[in-house]
Parts: sequence; C-alpha cells; structure tokens
Amino acid sequence: MGNPSDGAPQQGGTVATAGQAGGQFEDPGLPPHRPRLADTDPRAAKRAERQVTWLFIISVIGTIVFLVSYFAIDLGPTSTVDAIRTQNILLGLSTAFAMLGIGTGIVHWAKALMPDHEVSEARHELRSEKDREAAVKIVDDIIEETGIKRRPLIRNTLIGALALAPLPALAVFGDLGPNANDKLRHTMWAPNAQTGKKVRLTRDPDGTPIKAADVTIGSAYHVIPEGLNDLHEGKLNEKAKSVVLLMRLNPQDLHVSPGRENWGYNGIVAYSKICTHVGCPVALYEQQTHHLLCPCHQSTFDLTNECQVIFGPASRPLPQLPIEVDSEGYLVATSDFHEPVGPSYWEREYS
Amino acid sequence: MKALSQKRRHPLAVVALLVMGLLLTGLLYAVATSANKAKADTGFSASDVSEGQKLFVANCATCHGMGAQGSASGPSLVGVGAAAVDFQVGTGRMPMQMQGPQAQRKPEQFNEDQTRQLAAYVASLGAGPSLPDQAMLDGQGDATHGGELFRVNCAMCHNAAAAGGALTRGKFAPSLAGVSAQHIYEAMETGPQNMPVFSDANISPEGKRDIITYLQTIEKQGSPGGADLGGLGPVSEGLFMWVAGLGIIIAFTIWLTSRTS
Amino acid sequence: MSDTTTAYQAPTKVGRIAEYVDQRTGLSTVTREFGRKVFPDHWSFMFGEVALYSFIILLLSGTFLTFFFNPSMAETTYDGAYIPMRGMDMSVAYQSSLHISFEVRGGLFMRQLHHWAALLFVAAMSVHMLRVFFTGAFRKPREMNWVIGGVLLIMGMAAGFTGYSLPDDLLSGNGLRIIDGVIMAIPVIGTWISMFLFGGEFPGDAIIGRLYVLHILLIPAMILGLVALHLIFVVVHKHTQYPGPGRNDRNVVGYPLGPVYAAKAGGFFFIVFGVLAAIAAAFTINPIWNYGPYDPSPVSAGTQPDWYIGWVDGALRLMPGVLGDINGYRQHFEFVLFGQTLSLNILLPALVPAGIVFTVLFIYPWVERWITKDDREHHVLDRPRNAPTRTAIGMAGFTFYCVMWAAASSDLIATHFHVSLNDVTYWLRALFFVGPIIAFVVTKRIALGLQRKDREIALHGRETGRIVRLPHGEFIEVHAPLDEYKRYRLVAFDSPGVLPAQPNGKGVVDRKERRRAKLSKWYFEDRVAPVSVAELEAAHGHGHHEAIEAAPTSAGH
Repeated sequence: MGNPSDGAPQQGGTVATAGQAGGQFEDPGLPPHRPRLADTDPRAAKRAERQVTWLFIISVIGTIVFLVSYFAIDLGPTSTVDAIRTQNILLGLSTAFAMLGIGTGIVHWAKALMPDHEVSEARHELRSEKDREAAVKIVDDIIEETGIKRRPLIRNTLIGALALAPLPALAVFGDLGPNANDKLRHTMWAPNAQTGKKVRLTRDPDGTPIKAADVTIGSAYHVIPEGLNDLHEGKLNEKAKSVVLLMRLNPQDLHVSPGRENWGYNGIVAYSKICTHVGCPVALYEQQTHHLLCPCHQSTFDLTNECQVIFGPASRPLPQLPIEVDSEGYLVATSDFHEPVGPSYWEREYS
Repeated sequence: MKALSQKRRHPLAVVALLVMGLLLTGLLYAVATSANKAKADTGFSASDVSEGQKLFVANCATCHGMGAQGSASGPSLVGVGAAAVDFQVGTGRMPMQMQGPQAQRKPEQFNEDQTRQLAAYVASLGAGPSLPDQAMLDGQGDATHGGELFRVNCAMCHNAAAAGGALTRGKFAPSLAGVSAQHIYEAMETGPQNMPVFSDANISPEGKRDIITYLQTIEKQGSPGGADLGGLGPVSEGLFMWVAGLGIIIAFTIWLTSRTS
Repeated sequence: MSDTTTAYQAPTKVGRIAEYVDQRTGLSTVTREFGRKVFPDHWSFMFGEVALYSFIILLLSGTFLTFFFNPSMAETTYDGAYIPMRGMDMSVAYQSSLHISFEVRGGLFMRQLHHWAALLFVAAMSVHMLRVFFTGAFRKPREMNWVIGGVLLIMGMAAGFTGYSLPDDLLSGNGLRIIDGVIMAIPVIGTWISMFLFGGEFPGDAIIGRLYVLHILLIPAMILGLVALHLIFVVVHKHTQYPGPGRNDRNVVGYPLGPVYAAKAGGFFFIVFGVLAAIAAAFTINPIWNYGPYDPSPVSAGTQPDWYIGWVDGALRLMPGVLGDINGYRQHFEFVLFGQTLSLNILLPALVPAGIVFTVLFIYPWVERWITKDDREHHVLDRPRNAPTRTAIGMAGFTFYCVMWAAASSDLIATHFHVSLNDVTYWLRALFFVGPIIAFVVTKRIALGLQRKDREIALHGRETGRIVRLPHGEFIEVHAPLDEYKRYRLVAFDSPGVLPAQPNGKGVVDRKERRRAKLSKWYFEDRVAPVSVAELEAAHGHGHHEAIEAAPTSAGH
C-alpha cells in the first residue's frame, strides 16, 4: 500500500500504473512530532509572548501615526506636490505598519505558541450511491412525463421557435445605431456645403492657421481643422477623425501616384494621424528616414511612398488629405479624405 | 621628513594624489565655465570664426568635408546655424564615435569656448538658427500650455513623462531628464538626427519657453506618489508587482508556513 | 428549544453567548463542521488567499474612491492643486480623478493602493492557477472548480480593464481606442457593436459612465458570486495535499481551522494589506497627471495596457499586416470580399492566441482524463517532476503567453537593451512558434532528470561529500542513507504507463480509441518509475559502488 492513490474510491475507468513490480514502500505514517523551543523552555515561550506583544504595539503606533498625519496635513486647492507626497508616504507607511504589526503578530503567535500538532482528517465521499440513483430516477421521470422523447415533432418545433425568437430583438437593436458608415466616412475637412469655403489647416492645440511658407523642410506640424476648437458638442468625436500630420520634404523624395499630383504642395503633404490598424495616433515622424511610426503597435509607414506600410501589423496606407494654398498663403484642405480614416470595418467599402 | 617619504611609498598615496588632481581639475573647470557663461550672449567675433575653422578642419572635416559642404559620411552643415552646432557638440553627440543608427549623448569633447568657436564658424557659412535668447530659457512660462504642447508634439517619441522611447531600427528618442534648457530649445529649433524641426513658425519661442517650463516643473517637483519606476508606465509597474510585490508576498508565505524552531 | 431539564448548559460565558446565537440560528452544526476543519499548510497554497485578500482590499479602497469619483464625460476646466494642469479643458471624470489624487486627504494613497491591489489580484490568481495546474490539483473531483477559477481570471481581467479606463486619461483613452479598433474589425456586427458600446462614434460621451457601472456593480458582483462558489467547492472537496508520509487520498493532514489555521490565514490578510500599503506609500502607479486628459491627437511613447492585458496587446504587435510584394502585388491580411472588409491582421491576433490559451485551459482536465482513463479521485498532488508531460505542456503554454507578454513591451526592450525595435519583433515572431516547442522539450528533459536524481537519492542516500579510500586503493564517496519518512516522499507517487488501445463494449477498437492510445504513448512513453522495495534491497545488498553501476534498467526511456 505504498501508493497514495490506493484505496481511493474508484468509479470505473482503466488506469495503467506501473513500477509496482518489486513491491511498494509501506507508508510510515506521520513523522513524529518535534517539540518547539517554546514547548519545552518556558523562557522561550515568554520571549515569543513578548515579541508578539511588541508587534501589536508597533501596529498601535502605526495607527496613531496615521491619525496624526491625516489631521496634520490638510490638502486643498493650494496643496503642493511636496505636501501630497509627504502625506502619501506617511499614510501609506503608517497603514503598512498598522497592518503588518497585526498580521505578523497573529502569525507569530500561531506559529510559536499555538499547538503545532498536525492532525489527520478522513475524507468522505461526495455523495452516496443511493442519492445518485434517486436523483437520476427523478430526472428520468421528469423527462418521461413531458413526453418530449416520444413526441419529436413537439421538440423540433420548439427548438425552431426558440432559435428564431431573438431575431426581433436583433432587428430592434440594429436600428438603434445611426448609419455607422455615413458617420465614419465624413470629417470636418469637407469644404462647406453651401459656400464651398475650404477648411484651413490649423495648429493643434492652438487652432492658428498655417502658412505654407512656414512649413520648412524637416518640419512636422500636428494639425486640426479650423473651427474644431469652437465646437461644443462632439468636439472629441470630430477630433478623433480629423487629426492630421503635416510634413514637408524634398519634392523629389516623394513618389506620387497618378491622380494624386495635386494633393500636396511643393513637398508639403498631409496624412491622417489615425492608424489604419486599431486607431492610435501615428505621431512619430523620423525626418531623415521619412518613416511614420505608431507607438502603440509599431506599424511603420513610408512617407515617401504615400504612407505604405513597411513594418508592423497595419495593412492599409494612411489616408492622404489633399491640400492646397488659399489666396492668403494659408494651407487649406481641397476636399475631405477620399476614404474613411482609422481602423478598417466591415462596411468600409460601401459608398 | 622620513615619515613623509615613507608615506609617499604607501599604495594609497597614488590614489590620494589622483583624487587631489581630479578635484583640482574639476574646480578649475567649474571656475572656467562660470566665467564663460557671462560672454555667451555676445555675438561671434572674427577670431572666434577663424579659431572655429581650425578646430573644424582638425576634428569635423573628415566626415563633413573641408568646407562643411558634406560628404558621403556626413551631411552638409551650410545653413544649419549656430544652434545646431551648440546642441550637437555641447551634448557630446558630435564628433561621433562611430557610425550607428544615431549619434548618442556622451561626455563633451570640446569645452565651451571651443564649442562657441565651432558654432561661430558654422554660422558664418550660411544663415541658420542662432543660439537661443536667454530670456526664453528662464523656465518662467506657462506650464499648462507647455504641457499641452509637449503632449501633442513631443510625448509620442519622448514619452509623457519625458522618459524617452523607441524609434525604428535601433533609433530612439532619449530621456529629457537632466538636459539643459538651452539644449532642449536648440533641439526643437534644429531637429537633430531624426527629430522633426519645430521652427518658430510651428511652435513660437514663447511656446518653446512654455515646454521648457513644463519639463522643469515636472522634473523639479517629482512624482507625488513616490518613486516613479522610471516613468515608463504599466510595463514597469507590472514588472515591479511581479518581481518585488509577489517576491515579498512569497517570502511572507514561506515564513508563515515554515516550522518554528 | 431546550424545554427539558436535561438540556445542555454551557459552562462558560462564551459558551452561553454561543448557545444564545445557536438557539436562534442553528449555527452549531456549522461550527461543528468548520471549527476543527483541517487545512494543509504549504506556502504554494497561499496564492488563492492572496487573490482573495487583494479582492477585499480592492472592495474597501474602491468604495472610498466611489465617494469622490464622478464618471461624467462633460467638459470642464481644471482649477485644482496641480499647477501644470490649471486652466486646462478636461472631462469631469479626469478632473475628479485629479481631485482624488491631489485634494482628497489620503485620496492618492487609496488610488495607488487600489491599483497596486488590482495588479496583485490578477497576478496572485495567475500564480494560483499555475500552481493548481502543475501539481495536478485540477483532477477529479475538482474539474468544475478549475473552470470557475478560469472564469474568475477572465473576470479579474475585465474588472482591471474597466477600472484602468475610468480616469479618462490619455493612456487609458488610447487603450479604449485600440479596443474600439479591434471591435470594428469583427465581421458583420463590429461597427454596430462599437457604436452601441460608445453610444455613437468614438469616443462619444457615454463610455466612461458605462464602464463605471460594469466596474463597480456588475463585475464585482459576478466575482463575489464566483468566489463564494469557488470556496464552497473547496470546503466540499477539502483541500489537496502534497505527497508525504501519512498523507493519502483518504485523509487530509494539516492544522485545524481553529485556532492555528484561522490565526495564520487571518493574520495573512493583514500582511497582504500591509505589503500593499507599503508599496502604495513609496511607489507611484498610473501617474495620470503625466498623461493628461484624453484627447484623440496626442499619444505617449510606451503606450501599454496593464500587465494582464499585455499579452493580447503583444499578439496585436506581433502580427505582420503586410507580407511584402509578391508577383508585383502587395500581399496583406486585409481582404475585401464582395465589398465587405475583413481585417485578419487584427482579428487573428486578437482572437486566436486568447482562444487557444483559454480553450486549452478550460478543457485540459477532461483531455488528460480521457487520455489516462483515470477516473479515480485525486486529493494527493503530483510533484511537477512526477508528471513530466503535463509539466512540459504547462511550460509550453506559459512560454507562449510570455512571448506575447514580452511583445507588448517590445519598444522598452529595444530602448533598454539597446537593440533594434524591429529585430525584437522579428525574434519574438519566431519565438511565438518555436518558443513553446523548445520549452516543452527542455522542461520534459529537466523533469525526467529530476526524477532520476530522486531515484539516485532514494536508492543510495545523500552525497555527504566525504571521500573514503578503501583498502584496495579505490576512492568512494560516502552516501548517508535516508530515513524512511524522507524516502517515502521520494518513492510514493503514481507513475502511469502507456495505456494501449482497449476494445469497447462491442469488442471493437475504434478510431477514437486508437487516437487516445497514441496520445497516451506520447504522454507516458518517457517515464522514470519510482523505486521499489526490491530495488532498494538490491542497492543495499551490494556495495555502494556496485549499486551505482547497476543503475536502474527497469526505468525505461
């Protein structure tokens, strides 16, 4: 009987245990109990008692320090970082001492002074055969009385009905949302529908317009559409779609595909800052390699090649914002983006 | 006298001598640099330019060409301005030790006078960003506006707590801790390495002053919550909890379940 | 109900109070059941408790935080104590988080305590699950409790993520942006779910309030319910124990609940609290004042989720979106089929690794039971080395997880070890596939090696380091024999062998059974059998030297 599993309730199954040839070892039973110092030496017991007491006293001191520092340092609209830090450390450390004093005290007490005899308790079976039989019988009876096994037509139509029942809910919920694609396709960059006035590119966060002449080679401007800061409703929603990165490089470094010849101005190009992977701002511009890097998942876009993906998990190039210069020399968006910005979605190709 | 000569042969004597020498050098250096600060604002003299040219030919021309017009191993420096030189040489990035993904910060090779002379020479080659106005470096700007500008224009590379971050293929944006206001200003102005240029038209001198103010504020005040674990965000926090937090807890569980002697 | 004269009279004051309570509640049966219930004592059994205590601390500190937090996304202007934010536009949620941090007495401490406790909560649950897996504690009758534990881990991650997003700071806002991007990639209904969740377009003005309800109501309630169920099962099954003398599947050896175990467990709560308080006092966590309010334009380098979401984020980072140019066409993982867009570059990494990890985790107890056909109840644990294949599978899974975990910090690995970010990604992509295989092979070899070492020690005793020269000139090292208790620990374990295919009721060996037999062979072919009595006698009968020569040949390879 040297295997701890022997004698355990066995309910069917085939187990191949090996290595029993040659005989197993007898379980020698629990090792003899070794008394602790505190069990035999009253002075050791007394010492342990004093240690436990001191730990509890440390806890009391911790609590008092907490209360004192809580009331001594008041925080308010004028509190300094130093005061906040001091209070955090004082409150935290005093709580730590208050808690650790109690905790280590109780544990030390239990370890050194409470009985340390290990005891053995018998396990019981989880349930009896009789219970199980009765339970199975009840379940069988219930199923039998419904007659579901004998009348398959009822069962099958019920399953069909239950499967279809949630559909109205889907239809109802489906109408809750606005037309997603319509919203995701349009940004503030579209010229005013009535006047045809084109939207100026302005600095983020100040909202001041940008002169083409100010964009020197190697520059990177973080850009928002004019009027964004004046929005009260849905400002962040609009900003989440319309942020743009504006850069200027040598025109001969840029590879321009047919149809996009007029989208830039003298080497100045503007691309959506929202990653086509899962939407982080692709804000890292390396002005010598002309790479754009997303700090969230490291998608890398090649600015010289119309922001094609050259590394990382994104699949699509960043959408380009067509820009030109207005009569006063400021940069404006010729039109909205020609495709939805940001992460791909199911209806993306719908128009 | 005999005692002294004996002590001179003591093995620690060499160490003591070295320490004394180093201290003296440091002291002289400190005096020299504080003396130099005073004349930083003045324009460059003709002798600065000619001294600078000598230094340039001796130390920089191998890569940047005799007339600083550039070569295969180094860009042209015509028109980069004095600010670029002061940043690159003043932070030890130039001269480069070896070609690599990017020039890295290291102990400066030239003293302030020589840096100034080099800057004077390069500035004489073509118009470019000059050394910043000291009034913009005082750290007395608007920290809130600076913080806003910093998050929009800088934090994506340098991290929201200015702790630095990775770029592609071995390049990185360095931590801004301990970088002088003048060098931060010059870096924005000139766009060293792969950093974009933030000209005065993009971020005004006042905006740059605000950014510097913000950086100085957060560096000076430290973190209200205690040690900042490098300001690196959730990764260092998670690592700390797994290593230190769980480590302490496991030590307690072992103590708790061990047998008292 | 004691209306007879023979009613039990409590002799002490405590006894009389207990009597009073019992007459009204009938709690004495509970005391009889629990008062002296035995719990085995081992440090590795404490992680479940650490998780439970962290959860209690989360409830306490979280309650404090709800008194001051305002989950509104309405815009306001800050005029509080933190100077570099004054005059800035932000949401009320972010403003109230700053208010808690800087103006509420003890508020920053509570915030840090809450967040550190959350990290410890999930970490302790994870370590607890690893312990349960590697010691085989999930086996019958505890399979259901293993599944409950797995669900608790998922709920813990959900609790953590919803909480992480609440301050409406830049870091968590970009995290939500990523979640939104992943949701949008779901075929057919993705866009709609995103609009539904955010109440319109991202970020909208509803999400913080909705996450808040989930975070403080729904998820904690579910965790509480599951924890209760989990603990009821622990009581019903009684705790498992490590193998050793006097311990078997029919008993449980340890300390009685009252007083020793209760004192240790109770004291341990205060210790966990104290450790977390000390960490919260001295170490900053989630410095939202650095990140600034959420704004869709800025982003910080090193934008990562808390550690327990890291592996999913890492999987997103590892997936290449573009394979390069093949035959002049750009091959990428975003497909347009009949006008519908399918972004496999997002869907695959977001769903597949997590799917694999959790599916394997949930079905593993049944898979192992099917392969071994072992229908016995197990209350004595396996030492990990004594189940080499299971341990190797566990380490393979852990490595798989860790590769994704490391990928989530690829940028920090690059900057701190001065290597290229791209190279880190390339290496991790390779390790994603190769790492688990290497881990499996290495772990299995180590486990078998440790088993052989155990055999050596059981047969020949411990090496003493004393070298003795025999009369005929030979040098040998003296081995000290083990006492029977120490030896029993090394020799008493279940060592399953390969179970060949067995005919079913109709006397036929079907295909499924043959497949099972193949897996059984893969599981148990390499095994080191425990020492038998005869082997020990043989080892002692001969001299030490011969015993070493006669290394066990019965132990197959």
